[in-house]
Amino acid sequence: MSVTTEQLADVATLARLKLAPEHSQSLTHAFNEILSLVDQLQALELESVKPMAHPRDENQRLRQDLVTESNAREAFQAIAPDAQEGLYVVPPVIE
Amino acid sequence: MMDMQSIKQLSDALSKKQISSVELTRHFLSSIETHNDQLKAFISVDEDRAIAQATQADKTLSKGNARALTGIPIAHKDLFCTEGLATTCGSKMLANFVPPYDATVVQKLDEVGAVTLGKTNLDEFAMGSSNENSYFGAVRNPWDTNCVPGGSSGGSAAAVAAGLCVAATGTDTGGSIRQPAAFCGITGIKPTYGRVSRLGMIAYASSLDQGGAMARSAEDCAFLLEAMSGFDAADSTSSDRAVEPYSEQLNHDIKGLRIGLPRQYFSADLDAKVRELLHNALHELERLGAVLVDIELKQAELAIPVYYIIAPAEASTNLSRYDGVRYGYRCEAPADLHDLYTRSRSEAFGEEVKKRILVGTYALSSGYYDAYYGQAQKARRLIAEDFQQAFKQVDLIAGPTAPGPAFALGSKTSDPVAMYLEDIYTLAVNLAGLPGLSMPAGFYDHRPIGLQLIGNHFDESRLLAAAHQYQTQTDWHTRKAPVFAGGAL
Repeated sequence: MSVTTEQLADVATLARLKLAPEHSQSLTHAFNEILSLVDQLQALELESVKPMAHPRDENQRLRQDLVTESNAREAFQAIAPDAQEGLYVVPPVIE
Repeated sequence: MMDMQSIKQLSDALSKKQISSVELTRHFLSSIETHNDQLKAFISVDEDRAIAQATQADKTLSKGNARALTGIPIAHKDLFCTEGLATTCGSKMLANFVPPYDATVVQKLDEVGAVTLGKTNLDEFAMGSSNENSYFGAVRNPWDTNCVPGGSSGGSAAAVAAGLCVAATGTDTGGSIRQPAAFCGITGIKPTYGRVSRLGMIAYASSLDQGGAMARSAEDCAFLLEAMSGFDAADSTSSDRAVEPYSEQLNHDIKGLRIGLPRQYFSADLDAKVRELLHNALHELERLGAVLVDIELKQAELAIPVYYIIAPAEASTNLSRYDGVRYGYRCEAPADLHDLYTRSRSEAFGEEVKKRILVGTYALSSGYYDAYYGQAQKARRLIAEDFQQAFKQVDLIAGPTAPGPAFALGSKTSDPVAMYLEDIYTLAVNLAGLPGLSMPAGFYDHRPIGLQLIGNHFDESRLLAAAHQYQTQTDWHTRKAPVFAGGAL
């Protein structure tokens, strides 16, 4: 499989990235090279194989549903680009 | 001359008051000052913090309750969060990020009294095999400053090899501890997935990322790894198995140890000089009593395609958190929320990171998910099963760490596939969650070559013992790089 520059721009929109026009050609080329590297997987017959999500094939450990962390809102918001009165500030979403 | 001393020797000298931790720390701070402009191994150095920790360590030492790492100056890869100390991940995105908490690894090493000199350079978000993808500049290899140190833990590897710290932490998602260790002539171990807590270790690919140790010798790695490892209730993938006392098991007999040599790792494609050096190293292990066994890893060639779907897919998900809102870089004067997200991310991520986010987004997108991500997860099982078959026959597996020695800066930057092939021998280990170690095994035109040893899950002790016993018979790990701080303390 391969993608066009336009298709890659659509993927970029999904990832909230914008491709610089001067780089989009070379990026599409590099992207397609990576696709050709991974395309050999398409040919494998893996119908009966169970997907592996955990590298030791274990289940995620669960914990009690208890509060273990205290509220650290001030510390976390102190490093925000823009926070006021306990809220993160962004451009208006609803006019 | 104390500059090439092991952790054990330094710890002994500290206990006997032949030197203080403050003196030792000042020695390394001054070495960093002298060499870091050239090597760019450190992104930040925190002298005040280091001296404060060293002063505290000297107090602990004088009370006589020191641990092996008390007062020993180390460095952290700059993707381990350090409270109050900038943690950049090699990215413009986090250039001003000062974490409000410590990574568990940092906390554990602080607790045993290790001294943190600073934070080491890396490929942006640990994505790279050459350290050329850092926003803070490319790291140079102390053996040949025209060459890369490997990546992504290249700053840690270069810092240890140049004598700028005794040992350093690293992380390994597809070879990022082992390959730079090989390129810089040091020892590095990536433990079993779940052995070291990932809390506060900035995520690249969560099912592959694992912290580990980098130092000159396997013995030093054993001290560092045993202090870093252990269960962490705050990381749901962390294992609750007890940590073995690696440093006490280094002399466990390796007589009869069966070491598998995968035909696929020693194929005709392997560089003849690399093959020769590895064979010499393997014969040394044989002389120590190990038994070499030819084995098959039939799915070896699947590692690259599987990794380059799974890692970018997980990365695209993990890196979606960088939105310009909660922390990290925010663009100037965003027009609206979409513009805020898009421009913050586009202006602050480097090219390799963007490329992997795009590949991952594509592989997870509607209509392609089954063909790419689903298929890769199934093929991942074949790779893992392949290793389990092999471990029925052998105790450890040996192979090259990388296809060749360190390459020249800029020589592979324009060809992503050539760069990705650098990790051909290391990726499968992460996909299968196994521990892997690289140790120096000789020189290729004055540049170090690493031998990789792979163990079954939680077999770190056996890996370290084999490497340690090899190092009692060889001196590759004690050779000094041309750029070496040195100097009397």
